[in-house]
Amino acid sequence: MYPSRFRYEAPRSIDEAIALLRDGGGEAKVLAGGQSLVPLLKLRFAAPELLVDINGLPGLDYHTADPDGTIRVGALCRHADLERSAILPGRQPTMAAAAPLVADPIVRNRGTLVGSLCHADPQGDWASVVTALGGHVVAQGTNGRRSIPIAEFVSGPFQNALGYDEIAVEAVIPAPKGTAAGGYLKLERRVGDFATAGVAVALELSGAVVTRAGIALTGVGGSTIDATDAAQALVGGPLTADGIRGAADLAAQAARPRTDHRGSAEYKRHIVRTFVERILTRAMQSTRESGQT
Amino acid sequence: MSGLNEEIRELPAADVPTRRVSITVNGEKRTADVEPRLLLAHLLRQAFRLTGTHTGCDTSNCGACTVLYDGTPVKSCTMLAVQADGHQVTTVEGLAGPSELHPIQEGFSDEHGLQCGFCTPGMMLAATALLRENPDPTEDEVRWALSGNLCRCTGYQNIVKSVLWAAKKLQSQSAS
Repeated sequence: MYPSRFRYEAPRSIDEAIALLRDGGGEAKVLAGGQSLVPLLKLRFAAPELLVDINGLPGLDYHTADPDGTIRVGALCRHADLERSAILPGRQPTMAAAAPLVADPIVRNRGTLVGSLCHADPQGDWASVVTALGGHVVAQGTNGRRSIPIAEFVSGPFQNALGYDEIAVEAVIPAPKGTAAGGYLKLERRVGDFATAGVAVALELSGAVVTRAGIALTGVGGSTIDATDAAQALVGGPLTADGIRGAADLAAQAARPRTDHRGSAEYKRHIVRTFVERILTRAMQSTRESGQT
Repeated sequence: MSGLNEEIRELPAADVPTRRVSITVNGEKRTADVEPRLLLAHLLRQAFRLTGTHTGCDTSNCGACTVLYDGTPVKSCTMLAVQADGHQVTTVEGLAGPSELHPIQEGFSDEHGLQCGFCTPGMMLAATALLRENPDPTEDEVRWALSGNLCRCTGYQNIVKSVLWAAKKLQSQSAS
């Protein structure tokens, strides 16, 4: 399979990259990890006139934690960097759990978190994780920088809110108030397959009391699903077995799965319910073990 | 050779813009004029005649086309040749000299780690990167590291044994 012809530029600065996108007038695409874009080019689902390869841009391969706990992920931080991160374990359990489950180990060496958000595939793991965590994306373009909440950034299946002269330069995960808990679980037929269903749960706890909750679902609808009712049901009290079951039911109701070769809609809903329950039960147990009840 | 391969080998026509790339392949500097849409796997196979890099699924699933890109395993069917400009690429031909075997190749031979052999180059390069990072992996760690490489003969059992064999051999070499 061969992509359609395109022009290729490898700018050395972000300003140069933005100028290329501006001049491209909407017919240009940014190439970062390329693990979704190159297959799309080969299938000719995408046929841009110009590819702007940002892999040579300096200073975008970071992921850092601010002193207050805010996590910043640069546009060239690979999934593998997050999988091997010294920063995430203990600090950001939902991201730490998701990183090793993205695609397969070789794809993780190239693909990026920010690119995954831009691609906005309803089967993408990171959009669910960042949605559950209430993160945002920093876009840089001709008119400077702006911050776009994830719910606006992922504007539909395979659609993002970037202007054609903008590059998503960073994803930002706000600092948890209190203790962060949660996780990510995904069912896939084999490593590297798209999710049959995936669930991201992010909690903030003050002692044993849940002060913020986010639950988002992968691969069970036309776009990433923010299960706000399920999450909201957890806020204001400690995690209990009954409360967990209630939230799991609400999350399963929020799912909009379709029957396909990966399973029936009913089966996928069941997976969502099971995963929400599993992640929350683990969180409840570890809260109790750390003596916070 | 298929028609498609011939098509790409004849390209680019005179009016198609190309870029000159300079890539260190298996330690040797190589240059080529390529169309931006040429995939790294095709540059290696067709321009450089390094046909050990296999294109299996061509959809980023199977990992048969895995090469080391600055030491890191990547799927060469999912990278553009222009992206390798100024970088180092190692293919299976670069693991050892023409008349010798790398310990990983010896392991695959000794433990019968291949049947049809199609996935083998990708498996070996993924294993090479694993053993550089983790010289004494557990069986689980080997399976995890190779989980992006598919073997349709279902020979995983012996592939895992081969990599563990190579780990032992490499460790005894570095100890002596």
